[in-house]
Amino acid sequence: MTVAGINGSMAHLSDSLFTTAIAIYSVGMVGFVAEYSFGKRGRIAATVPAAEPARELVGAGGPPVDVPAALPPASTSASASSDRGSVADRIGRWSFVLTVLGVLVHTASIAVRALAVDAVPWSNMYEFASVAGLVGVIAFVALLWKAPQIRHLGGFILLPVILIMFLAGTVLYSKAQPLVPALQSYWLAIHVTLVSIAEGALMTSAVLTVLFLLRQRYDRLSGRPGAKLGGLTALGARLPPAATLDKVAYRVVAFSFPLYTVAIICGAIWAEAAWGRYWGWDPKETWAFIVWVVYACYLHARATAGWKGRAAAWVNLLGFGAITFNFLIVNIVVAGLHSYAGLN
Amino acid sequence: MNAVLQPARMVWRRLTSMRTALILLFLLAVAAVPGSLLPQRPLNPDKTNSYIASHGGWGRFLDSIGMFDVFGSVWFAAIYLLLFVSLVGCLVPRIRLHARAMVRKPLPAPRNLDRLPESGSFETADAPSAYATAARRALGRRWRVVQRDEPSGVLTLSAEKGYSRETGNLIFHVALLASLVLIAVGRLYSYQGSRIVVEGAGNGFCNTVSQYDSWRPGRLAAQGKITPAPFCIDALTKFTANYTASGEASKFEADVVYRRTVDSAPEHARITVNHPLRLEGDRVYLISHGFAPRVTVRMPDGSVRHDTVAFVPQDATTLLSEGAFKEQGAPGKKQDVGVSGFFAPTPRDAGGGVITSASPQVSNPVLGIFVYVGDLNYNGLPQSVYSLDTSKMKKIGAANLSIGQTTKLPNGVSVTFDGWVPWASMQVSHDPSQGYLLVAAVAMVVGLLGSLGVRRRRLWLRITPSSDGPDASPTVVAVGGLARSDSGNFTTEFTSLLTRLRDAARPEHELIGAGRE
Repeated sequence: MTVAGINGSMAHLSDSLFTTAIAIYSVGMVGFVAEYSFGKRGRIAATVPAAEPARELVGAGGPPVDVPAALPPASTSASASSDRGSVADRIGRWSFVLTVLGVLVHTASIAVRALAVDAVPWSNMYEFASVAGLVGVIAFVALLWKAPQIRHLGGFILLPVILIMFLAGTVLYSKAQPLVPALQSYWLAIHVTLVSIAEGALMTSAVLTVLFLLRQRYDRLSGRPGAKLGGLTALGARLPPAATLDKVAYRVVAFSFPLYTVAIICGAIWAEAAWGRYWGWDPKETWAFIVWVVYACYLHARATAGWKGRAAAWVNLLGFGAITFNFLIVNIVVAGLHSYAGLN
Repeated sequence: MNAVLQPARMVWRRLTSMRTALILLFLLAVAAVPGSLLPQRPLNPDKTNSYIASHGGWGRFLDSIGMFDVFGSVWFAAIYLLLFVSLVGCLVPRIRLHARAMVRKPLPAPRNLDRLPESGSFETADAPSAYATAARRALGRRWRVVQRDEPSGVLTLSAEKGYSRETGNLIFHVALLASLVLIAVGRLYSYQGSRIVVEGAGNGFCNTVSQYDSWRPGRLAAQGKITPAPFCIDALTKFTANYTASGEASKFEADVVYRRTVDSAPEHARITVNHPLRLEGDRVYLISHGFAPRVTVRMPDGSVRHDTVAFVPQDATTLLSEGAFKEQGAPGKKQDVGVSGFFAPTPRDAGGGVITSASPQVSNPVLGIFVYVGDLNYNGLPQSVYSLDTSKMKKIGAANLSIGQTTKLPNGVSVTFDGWVPWASMQVSHDPSQGYLLVAAVAMVVGLLGSLGVRRRRLWLRITPSSDGPDASPTVVAVGGLARSDSGNFTTEFTSLLTRLRDAARPEHELIGAGRE
């Protein structure tokens, strides 16, 4: 069925591109996992003691002040050069190329959908999930720019993105439709774009935090004589040092938190124009508040004795849990003014 | 005296500690959860009442502890007030400290620079004072630098940067406190009034309490502490609702005529969903819309009444609406006519003579009516305009009418469905603090950027002059650095700083070494 005001063939093309992007990401993920498993990088990470000073990483789009002149030389380049050209390295590089290709196809899918509906295409859950997933991958690619040595972790980022996109393409899918009057505002572009960038980046931070917890657990257990390492903990052997993962996860939150704050403020400005009040404790607003407060807790916890490290990491994951709840449960189960799920 | 002060001081210290603030912040997040999962009375009173009714004792218990008005409850207020106090208690000494740090000179150089987390050294042919000048120039404006003399001609430079980190952090927290105060003030002095305006002349209203269908004032507004601006919405000249072919709403527009004050000239404005009419201090919103059927009623005494009444939508997606026409006959004669009915914009036969609506768009609408004769029971008590009190009336008939159709009933009564006009529900909102709140919110963001983006760094240089004699040596510059926040990149940062400082020197001698401890 075609919908008035919608370019049907364009919408169809967008859907095909979306599926293609998932396929490309999937291949890329398999490649990254192969590099992680067989590549030297993983082995180097495994042999370098955790106490070794952290390699320098910069959060995606972090403030310009922290741009390092160059990546620290020393061990990284030496080990990387010896690894260069190996099968695993080549697989990793091709996976990276595939990921970038996936980003392009994914972006095209969203752009074509925008042309089809003649508006910014993030007015329902499917579209939002697609955009947030894209941001997550871009955040990772941007991280690689500053820290190529974490390339073999790509699989950990692509896995949740693929899951989200699969969910978006199946359960959350909705046909391209024109915007209802309440969404006909330039604030849609501003507010939702900011939210999806912030939440996409926070997803990356959550993934890094999970890796941090794994690595930390590995460090703790592998130090004990005769300790047996379970399947998940054994993964930690090939991860970068815990301190590095913690710092990058923090930098990403430090970048996302102000963005999320601006997103909420823009939402309030829009709500004032559309609903007659800037804040009304609508379920979506309430959960945005909860997410904001939890990440504020994370930032404070990281600076508080007794909360640093593991406890703060769990707060970070709690924050991402709240984001997920706000996206899935609040949209689908709890009715509110933000009922744009597009599911019927 | 001490016995009282001591515990009080301890409580205060506890309350203003970071750990307590952190726990309170957590509590705030947890406390907000029920507010999103349970129906809330201020948002949806009907849903709340039916929830309580269907959950018996449990519902009443939840009600008694304020679970249906979480954000107005005592315990929610207690959490954020404690947080507020804790924040004030934490901020005041920090502001004082920071103010002192801003005017204080950077600390003197420690004796052993190579004990610092980052250090390095190099030699130069420059005299110490010449190099000190060059180094200050190389560091640039971002660093606050103080030069000190040590015995035996040694010069030290103490440099510090990143003050705006703490400044930003303090701005953020102060702006946050200001926002809370502004929100509270706004709540007290705000009001919202809403009113249904039927399209056509003579159905407008002015911004006074008595002319609203519903009026929700803040506590001080309710006490008459503010006078609503004296504007009037004189008429809804035209209401437009557009739909796509698939039945999705695509546009709602209300064209109104208004006056800024009672005496000023009428002006035209178009109000749409995202574009309220903004007047001095007040905003007029288009909130919802519906239909007002027009009927002609022939009364038992032969007189004819024309009436147009706004019906209330019962279903938000199909706009099936309900309402009532009330035509009073001569007093005491029990000859009033009451018509209760429903309006189906796009009627669909649901079987058994029951008509529902298939769409909010109007297409051959049907007015289904029940007609009563008797006493409308206007006994001075307020009565819903949308329903009839039929306790003293007798039903004389029912009919489903299309436009133009008439139904003839006993007692000489007849009802004709003449047509319909749209109505729009207008909401007037007043919140004197929201503009200031936006300023505070922007300040929060600016503060946050400083607080999370700027890094605090300390740097010391010890410049030892050259010596002659058997163990002759050139001028030696030792550099040490300390990251006071976000040490993440400091090694790289320090390396490039060291390069910059070395390049500032006259490079006549070889580099001794620039390693890290």
